[in-house]
Amino acid sequence: MYLPNKLLTTLALAATATAGLFSCKPKGAESAVSGDAAAKVYVAPGKYDEFYNFVSGGFNGQMSVYGVPSGRLLKIIPVFSQFPENGWGFSEETKPMLNTSHGMVPWDDLHHIALSETNGEHDGRWVFANGNNTPRIARVDLKSFRTAEIIEIPNSAGNHSSPFITENSEYVVAGTRFSVPLDDQNGDVSISSYKDNFKGTVSFIKVDPTSGNMNIAFQIRTPGVNFDLARAGKKVSHGWMFFSCYNSEKANTLLEVNASAKDKDFIMAVNWKKAEEYLAQGKGKKEAVKYAHNLYDETKHQATSTIMNEVTVLDPKDCPELLYFIPCPKSPHGCDTDPSGQFIVGSGKLAATIPVFSFAKIQKAIADKAFDGNYDGIPVIKYEAALQGEVQKPGLGPLHTEFDNNGNAYTSMFVSSEIVKWSLKDLKVLDRAPTYYSVGHLSVMGGPTGKPYGKYLIAYNKITKDRYLPTGPELAQSAQLYDISGDKMKMILDFPTVGEPHYAEALPAEKISKQSTKIYKIENNANPYAAKGEGQAKVERKGNEVHVYMTSIRSHFTPDNIEGVKMGDVVYFHVTNLEQDWDVPHGFAVKGSNNAEILIMPGETQTYKWTPDRTGIFPIYCTDFCSALHQEMQGYVRVSPAGSSVALAWGTNKNPLGGQPQGSGGASTNPIKH
Amino acid sequence: MKKLFIFGITAMATTAILSCNDAATDTKVASATSENMPAAGQSAVQDDESAKDVVKVAAGSKDHTTLVAAVKQAGLVDALSNAGPFTVFAPTNEAFDKLPKGTVEDLMKPGNKEKLQDILQYHVFVGNLSTTLMQDGQTLNEVNGGNITISKSADGKIRINNAANIIATIPASNGVIHVIDAVLLPPSK
Repeated sequence: MYLPNKLLTTLALAATATAGLFSCKPKGAESAVSGDAAAKVYVAPGKYDEFYNFVSGGFNGQMSVYGVPSGRLLKIIPVFSQFPENGWGFSEETKPMLNTSHGMVPWDDLHHIALSETNGEHDGRWVFANGNNTPRIARVDLKSFRTAEIIEIPNSAGNHSSPFITENSEYVVAGTRFSVPLDDQNGDVSISSYKDNFKGTVSFIKVDPTSGNMNIAFQIRTPGVNFDLARAGKKVSHGWMFFSCYNSEKANTLLEVNASAKDKDFIMAVNWKKAEEYLAQGKGKKEAVKYAHNLYDETKHQATSTIMNEVTVLDPKDCPELLYFIPCPKSPHGCDTDPSGQFIVGSGKLAATIPVFSFAKIQKAIADKAFDGNYDGIPVIKYEAALQGEVQKPGLGPLHTEFDNNGNAYTSMFVSSEIVKWSLKDLKVLDRAPTYYSVGHLSVMGGPTGKPYGKYLIAYNKITKDRYLPTGPELAQSAQLYDISGDKMKMILDFPTVGEPHYAEALPAEKISKQSTKIYKIENNANPYAAKGEGQAKVERKGNEVHVYMTSIRSHFTPDNIEGVKMGDVVYFHVTNLEQDWDVPHGFAVKGSNNAEILIMPGETQTYKWTPDRTGIFPIYCTDFCSALHQEMQGYVRVSPAGSSVALAWGTNKNPLGGQPQGSGGASTNPIKH
Repeated sequence: MKKLFIFGITAMATTAILSCNDAATDTKVASATSENMPAAGQSAVQDDESAKDVVKVAAGSKDHTTLVAAVKQAGLVDALSNAGPFTVFAPTNEAFDKLPKGTVEDLMKPGNKEKLQDILQYHVFVGNLSTTLMQDGQTLNEVNGGNITISKSADGKIRINNAANIIATIPASNGVIHVIDAVLLPPSK
């Protein structure tokens, strides 16, 4: 019988594999840690780390910021996911940031990081991140460490190959992981019509050099492959972008097998300077699409979401010399350009070697028309014509490569769970270090730029099993820090991470630390609902909406007693933090509210929406320990039945509806008495 | 409770200041232990953007040099730079000058630190109290544990303990400073 036979074979294979594993078991972690590791990663209390490390959070939809070399978690920046910790996506001001053409999408899968660059070096202005699920790119401002902008990508489905950046931050890119019927086509087609109806796109999103604001400059329609990762050319190869892609088989089911049928897939080289020329010649076609563009205004402390309706598309058929395919073995994943821009390293997930392509040879191959036919009309450059050489026997399952400042490359090996160091000069393997376990991305300080800093490398691992105290079936993922200043890599720290770290980047702390925002000046607060002093606090009714213009200062709200809210009302608490002191946020929450709390930074206004569900007295309080009298920072809202005659009244240190006064005339009370 | 809390903070801040010389000389990272705490408290934070706290406001006033020197001598700089909130009754230099000759010099002697702390803490209330929130006849329990009494006249003028007048009010990031024209002397315990 077929099945038992297959089972037996499988078992036999498994047995062999197990024996094999035991015989070449990697050295224990203990011996992998160098003796002076503790001193190398110790950052004394009150001292600062040398690098900021921006780490994608994967399925938590956030970005986390760590200090290196200590591995201390400094901050979690909410990007695509609602964050009850500070009210991101819960406050009225931040909800529009998560708007899309599908309405509010409160989560995404954040995979990759791109720090802004000038002349191929980190400039410390912004960090971009991709939303993998509902295609989006976000820009985080590195003064405020806040998400300042999110743009949705039309004609895309699974924004994985993103947001890789050019050397002067001219563009961030977005290649679709799934090919799909494009947005202006009828998408109600048979999935089996993939080869006819499914197309890919890569998008070039222009970054305004002053404001950082993004707009989709153009998209390029491509054959229906799956784009995986990308890197910009730099220096000699500036003006080009390289995208890895898999599924040149155009399979639409069981890709695990069916997308691995061919020996080679492709790296797609895009001459984006050429694309700019074609656009100037009017070769771009406007297509009807729908996508959201969300911007956070730091003066108004408010986001706006605009639905856009058009995108410019370049069709390679009309644009010769725009695209080239370079064959790359076995479902390439990483596609990384070295600091000189001369070499492109392709990492076939299932390949036995790491091919290194030469930009000069690619140019020569194009000039000589050294093509191996075409793929859907796009020239395929001969593998050998583009190849500089192959790294032989690097390990199993190469994924990503980064570079140091001494001509070395470091490739993460998922299947063999190790980092392999090799020389760009002769492509010889120099060193290998185990990871615990199953490394995905890796990050050398400044590793993707034209000027790496070297010194440390971090491996981001998918599996941690026995690495930390067990915490049930769901375990943290991990980062492992290696000292790469010597010939041999030395593991010096191992720390758990939040979410699932995919890609990460690091830059010297001084490029950011000195410009960090401390407070928002209250006089610059342009939020239409701001109360810029207790004298401006008030409560207004507009139909069934009750707007509370509320202030916070150590340690009371004004007003802190509110009456006259009725069933059927929607209450908006517009809370302005009057503090002008660094690190003194106030928080706000209402009992029973179907909402998260919000935090309000000094000088900022944030709005909390509450729809009372029953009559009674509802406590409100400050959720951020603000002072010795934080616990006293509380108040009450009275909710009366619909149609009740209780009038709207409010105050602090004064009973709004009369009774025994608690103060001899509060500074900011409503004089209504009944 | 408030009193204990503030005394706790003061004690910690003082310890940090006293131990800072030892800690500062030992910068060897490898040998650093939890005993080598960083030296300064919140008063050392570099921040030119935030509004000034009560200590910085006082330090910027040429009329309060005696008070500021006394706060330093009493080791209260860090506590008063913390989150508070504080209502500080701040006697002017002139107010100190009205004390019997030699009083200030005597209080500034290292041996009289506790006495100095007691007097200064009698000028601090934990809470942010504007003059509009003050009421005639109100008593406030100060940080040193003693009470002060507020009198408020019909025209809103405020006197403390029937001895000192509030002559100006300056908001600060962590509270408020009411400038007074006489030093408040704690009732003997």
